[in-house]
Amino acid sequence: MNPVTPKMSPDAVAKDIQNLAEPGKTAGAGPAPKLRSTKLNFYYSAFQALHEISLDVHTKKVTAFIGPSGCGKSTFLRTLNRMNETIKGTRVEGEILLDNENILEMEVSHLRRRVGMVFQRPNPFPKSIFDNVAYGPRINGMASRSGMAERVEKSLRRAALWEEVKDKLHKSAFDLSGGQQQRLCIARALAVDPEVLLLDEPCSALDPIATAKIEELLFQIKDNCTVVIVTHNMQQAARVADYTGFFLLGKLIEFDNTEVIFKTPKVKATEDYITGRFG
Amino acid sequence: MATATFPQAARLSRRASLLRRALSGDSLAQLIVFLAATAILALTALLVWELWSHSGPSRAKFGWDFLRTSTWDPVAGEFGALPFIYGTVVTSLVALLIAIPFGVGAAIFLAELAPPKLSDAMTFLIELLAAVPSVIFGLIGIFVLVPMLTKIVPGLKDALGFLPVFAGPFYGVSLLSAGVVLSVMVAPFIISVSREVLLAVPRDLREAALALGATRWESTWDIVVPFARRGIMGSVFLALARALGETMAVTMVVGNTPKIAASLLAPGYSIAAVIANEFAEATSDIHISTLIELGLVLFGVTIVLNAAARLLILATGGKVSQ
Amino acid sequence: MTAGGLSFRRKAVNAFMLGLTGVFTVLAVGILFFVLGYLFVQGGFSLNWDFFTKLPVPVGEAGGGMANALLGSAKVLLLATSIGVPIGFLAGIYLAEYSGAAYASVIRFVTDLLNGVPSIVIGIFAYSIIVLKFGFSTLAGGVALGVMMIPIALRSTEEFLKSVPVSLREGAMALGATKSRTIATVVVPAAIRGLISGMMLNLARVAGETAPLLFTALGNQFWSPGWRQPTATLPSMIYEYAKAPYEDWHRQAWAAGFTLLALVLLVNITARSIISGGLSHKPR
Repeated sequence: MNPVTPKMSPDAVAKDIQNLAEPGKTAGAGPAPKLRSTKLNFYYSAFQALHEISLDVHTKKVTAFIGPSGCGKSTFLRTLNRMNETIKGTRVEGEILLDNENILEMEVSHLRRRVGMVFQRPNPFPKSIFDNVAYGPRINGMASRSGMAERVEKSLRRAALWEEVKDKLHKSAFDLSGGQQQRLCIARALAVDPEVLLLDEPCSALDPIATAKIEELLFQIKDNCTVVIVTHNMQQAARVADYTGFFLLGKLIEFDNTEVIFKTPKVKATEDYITGRFG
Repeated sequence: MATATFPQAARLSRRASLLRRALSGDSLAQLIVFLAATAILALTALLVWELWSHSGPSRAKFGWDFLRTSTWDPVAGEFGALPFIYGTVVTSLVALLIAIPFGVGAAIFLAELAPPKLSDAMTFLIELLAAVPSVIFGLIGIFVLVPMLTKIVPGLKDALGFLPVFAGPFYGVSLLSAGVVLSVMVAPFIISVSREVLLAVPRDLREAALALGATRWESTWDIVVPFARRGIMGSVFLALARALGETMAVTMVVGNTPKIAASLLAPGYSIAAVIANEFAEATSDIHISTLIELGLVLFGVTIVLNAAARLLILATGGKVSQ
Repeated sequence: MTAGGLSFRRKAVNAFMLGLTGVFTVLAVGILFFVLGYLFVQGGFSLNWDFFTKLPVPVGEAGGGMANALLGSAKVLLLATSIGVPIGFLAGIYLAEYSGAAYASVIRFVTDLLNGVPSIVIGIFAYSIIVLKFGFSTLAGGVALGVMMIPIALRSTEEFLKSVPVSLREGAMALGATKSRTIATVVVPAAIRGLISGMMLNLARVAGETAPLLFTALGNQFWSPGWRQPTATLPSMIYEYAKAPYEDWHRQAWAAGFTLLALVLLVNITARSIISGGLSHKPR
């Protein structure tokens, strides 16, 4: 264990970190990062939920955000595809670049086609399985009638759901189990060929077997897609993520390769969280 | 992919995308639905304006006397609206006098006593009664109720004929007949809404009363009903507003006679009924104007009643069924 | 206090009053069955093919039918639906998806006001804006009934759209759908059962309205071509025939009454069962 500073308040810790190299910008990242957040502040009306978040999300890697409830990890995730704009009174300061384009100045539907999202509770549309997956490509004009069936199959295969549903594509999505519905939502998100896939605690409503299936998926998905996952479950982050960021009280406390975070955390607060002393 | 290499280029592209967004489907859609909502405001304002302006000649000519005089003779140019106001009020009062006890009683049964499935089924049927068109009630009124009353009234007159309300001859069509038909038409509203507000009363109140040894009836009548009384009052206001504006059933059984009489057995008239009967063949512009003024009066009264009703019902946690 | 518990008087009052409320309820339900039964007996047996296919015959003669009234009602209702439903539906979307709270409550308040206006006053309104310019016509009748349809269309649209969970909207927007696209392709389809049944109930309500038609659509012994002529409608024929002194006209009034009531109740029952039958794609 590195010698760590004596127990400090999270604020002092965060200030400490800023004095080090920017935590989010890890050394050893070869190509330019897929997403780069710079000094991001976020407000729900008067309440500041995120403070000066700066980090890099690396291309075709899995990045996980961990932290106790209310620490801002989901809020930050939702700024990456500007879903927070659907809530009244929210405000963003700072910059988030997607391949060097500021997402805050992009056309928002265009952004969301490139940065997809899977939510905590499965939310399939009250349509058939086929129509759920085909929805995104249809509204984005991405496939002809003939091409659609192919695209749907490809997405369902990537979500490891094809074998289970190939004979009942025209049945209601609600005929599926919870785990299957979540994989359907993943397939639906993948159907528009996103460059980044955001997952907001995707397994929290699922049983361990369904969870394991989804974690397995993520390894295959990252071949073509950058993955960012928020999770309450540290073991999950340790299992699937290449990089992990630890959030606390709206601040990014530490961000590094997952191995470093879990084996040799540089900040005491991180170590305390990992070892279960709080959260 | 970089757009911001030169500041001017960035500004131009931002302006272009703004324009594109303004003309895009999304903003257009928002504009359309906004206009639809605003159109309703405009329509209602227009309605009030039309009523006001077309009744202008009548209001200017007769002033407040319009509502106080009781001679209605369009041919002679005399327009006193009091008989209609009287008839409207009397028929509605009779309707409420009958419908309130029956309605609240049925609501109590449905909310407190009937097993849930039975209660739902019966409420469904009673709400269907509310969907029966007014003219159908009028049909039943003319051909069933009036003959029936003609049989009953002599007996009633024997017993209570000394009362002024039951004095005089009975020809079938009368204020009483109209009141009875109206009571059947407004009772479902009282039942439905009162049932909902009674169901909304918290369990513990009933249980507290029962635990003290009260009978079912006592806990209901002394505790639950008073708790829900504002909502029940609201349902009564709703029923009253309905009764005041009811046209067809009334005009078919009320006798259509613009006279004021103390007896319920006498024929009468109501505001809505006279408009229905005389509008299409009104003899002069001033005639139409007076009829429209009557419409304005009706409008004002029902608006106030409906507003009061909704406030009362909301205050007791009930919902207003459409 | 008697040692035996409740006094006889209290028990008696309890039993009597509770029994009375039961009687009242049975009475209320009984009246519905009575109305239905009476109309069926009087009117159902009077129905014949002529009723649906023939025009009314001159006063005093027997026979004939109400074909023109049936068509007239259909035309008036079609026009009413195409005025009332779009305005109410779109405004309902505005209230449920776009509007700020303050403006929404203004709209709701005014709409409730409009809903409470007696139908005969709506008839006066239609008279003043249509009849004075275009004469007594199907158009005027359609406008009157259309205005009556707006408040209910708005309220039921708003209610059913709001019942669609936010998570569905988020799911669509996260795929790149714009707000209007989301509403059109996800929210409205999810609420479609409620929306349709609401529309049916709305239609059934105005289908039985007579008062506003008395001086807008007026009436017509013959076919009414186009939209600018006065037309007979089913409810107004019932009224006319019922108050006339001819036995045969009374018979036809019953037949018409039965037809009208059957249609109205059928639509009501169907609409309600659509709602309570639940969604075909019901989330678990």
